[in-house]
Amino acid sequence: MNPPRSRPVPASVDGALALLGTGRYVADRSLATAVFLAMRLNRPLFLEGEAGVGKTEIAKVLAETLGRRLIRLQCYEGLDTAAAVYEWNYPRQMIEIRLAEAGQETRQAVEDQIFSERFLIRRPLLQALTPDAAGPPVLLIDELDRADEPFEAYLLEVLSDYQVTIPELGTIKAPSPPIVVVTSNRTREIHDALKRRCFYYWVDYPNAERELEIVRLKAPGAAEDLTRQVVGFIQKLRKEELFKVPGVAETLDWTRALVELDRVTLDPATINDTLGTLLKYQDDIAKIRGPEAARILREVETELAAAPK
Amino acid sequence: MTGEADTAPEGTLTANLMHFARALRAVGLPIGPGRVIDAVHAVRAAGITNRSDFYWTLHAIFVNRRDQRELFDEAFRLFWRDPQLLERMMQMLLPTLQVPGEEKKPVNRRIAEALAGGDPARQRPPEIKEEETLDATLTWSDREVLRNMDFEQMSSDDMAQAKKMMANLRLPFAHVPTRRFRPDPAGHRADLRATLRASLRNGGDVIALKFRTRRHRPPPIVVLCDISGSMERYSRMFLHFLHALTNDRDRVFTFLFGTRLTNVTRYLRQRDVDEALAKVAGAVEDWSGGTRIGHSLAEFNRLWSRRVLGQNAVVLLITDGLDRDAGAGLGREIERLHKSCHRLVWLNPLLRYEGFEPRSLGMKAILPHVDEFRAAHNIDSLSDLAAVLASTAPRRQSPYIWKGRAA
Repeated sequence: MNPPRSRPVPASVDGALALLGTGRYVADRSLATAVFLAMRLNRPLFLEGEAGVGKTEIAKVLAETLGRRLIRLQCYEGLDTAAAVYEWNYPRQMIEIRLAEAGQETRQAVEDQIFSERFLIRRPLLQALTPDAAGPPVLLIDELDRADEPFEAYLLEVLSDYQVTIPELGTIKAPSPPIVVVTSNRTREIHDALKRRCFYYWVDYPNAERELEIVRLKAPGAAEDLTRQVVGFIQKLRKEELFKVPGVAETLDWTRALVELDRVTLDPATINDTLGTLLKYQDDIAKIRGPEAARILREVETELAAAPK
Repeated sequence: MTGEADTAPEGTLTANLMHFARALRAVGLPIGPGRVIDAVHAVRAAGITNRSDFYWTLHAIFVNRRDQRELFDEAFRLFWRDPQLLERMMQMLLPTLQVPGEEKKPVNRRIAEALAGGDPARQRPPEIKEEETLDATLTWSDREVLRNMDFEQMSSDDMAQAKKMMANLRLPFAHVPTRRFRPDPAGHRADLRATLRASLRNGGDVIALKFRTRRHRPPPIVVLCDISGSMERYSRMFLHFLHALTNDRDRVFTFLFGTRLTNVTRYLRQRDVDEALAKVAGAVEDWSGGTRIGHSLAEFNRLWSRRVLGQNAVVLLITDGLDRDAGAGLGREIERLHKSCHRLVWLNPLLRYEGFEPRSLGMKAILPHVDEFRAAHNIDSLSDLAAVLASTAPRRQSPYIWKGRAA
């Protein structure tokens, strides 16, 4: 069924884990299970979690490793069918009407011509339902919580039956359903009706061991000591009472920044200077900067010294 | 999956999954029959190779909110507790159900009840207490007055009248513009889709422009209501008001706080006011105790503000500002709250006194950061509130006027 170059979906949880691994995504077995089930049973995967824990990345990795096309729909308030599903090409339609007038065509004929696929502009959702040479594409519906409730309600039909209805054309159904990944930052609750149609997974912050693995993989230029210190520091920072604790994305940004600054170990002055890459609220920065950062760093250093290499 | 499991009668496993789903449902997870079917499919697809995979397979099906995870986890542990689970599952035997008594770790009471008693008739009828009782199971805190609230005291004629008026009270919040459009002949934006469709109706000879305009809708409302001892007489009234508000519109979120913060939004959605308030009373543990406004607001800011304050939310803060922590840390938290919301309205029952001055430290900390400061001690003042909320008055700390205010 699948043409060459694209790979079939994995047949087991281990397969899914290996697949994410080849895409250089360090995943929990629990996440691999959810990914596997979503692909196997043709259900959307609903990923919820704080910003910067790698939700969007999962869809990208899936598209890349499976050799499928990635179709991304970024949600925002007021997102409507014209931007998400389809739009008619009005200028061309108008020209067509003028031409038809000149050609003396009947009203019905004009209408049939105007509302044919030729004048249809396909937006992400419709694109995702269209057959693709490389196999069903990966559809990423990003930050669904930013869209408003009417759009969420519209998605119900798309996500449960993989079809959209265009009044002038009829219902368009995907021959083979796309792999759908929905992400949410939880700035509002998504309605249960939508979640019910998906496999839910809460993407949490990784533990120290896993985060170390991620940093080694994604920021290979960093010295081993620095990597350990950075991860230890951030793991401690996540336990502080902050308005917004740093995610994995911040960890990587920070590590890369430190590498650019040619640091091989952490010191309080460097932390203070680069805190802006980690914490994005002034209150948080004011709280951590200075003695607090030095204290955390001391704790990390004693722990690393005690731990066997 | 082994061949044995493939060929084994799946009926027992299916039945067990169904029993498990029923137990989860009794605990309060919203699980319909469709999910059970999904679960059977999923287990068949993933196979039963080890406990952890089995756990995550069911997790993917049955859990769809972060806060359900703990309940699921415990239910799973209790239901599929048999250490020889794997072998037994292969033989498709019924897992043993044991009454959680000898468990070392204290078991969540809801789950224990759901698993032990399958009798649906026994499932926690709404508790209607005739008089105040001390709930002995909740005695882990010595700082809070832990009482079950008694709604029966509200049954005098006056109160009944007040409740009725409260139920009919409507708050016309100033609508905020959304990014959606509606057809409007007097609108300023051309609606090409409608234009073309209309013109074709006449054979496309005349193309008359159709217009559209922005849709407006009421903003979400977040209510933070103080239920400490000093507010006791009012908070009960307010609950009726909040119930009416919640059922009148969508996107109302209600939090109660005394010494800790409780989200009661889901309980207030109950149509029946008595049932809703009974549920609220069951959920709140710090009724009529002390107040820690700063602490409660900090909790709100950290855990909830990003989840409920989107889309131009208006915050109603209902408190008398009498804080047991004497306003410690309150200033910073109220500032953060004000910066995160569209409009912050403070309702204070103490404002009814003539010549009232905010003397307590708590009040002084709050006052600089609110957009609107209103009395709220009777129905009239709440009706007045309606007029204020309907206006589109700017935030008091609008960037355009702050200089004038500071001078």
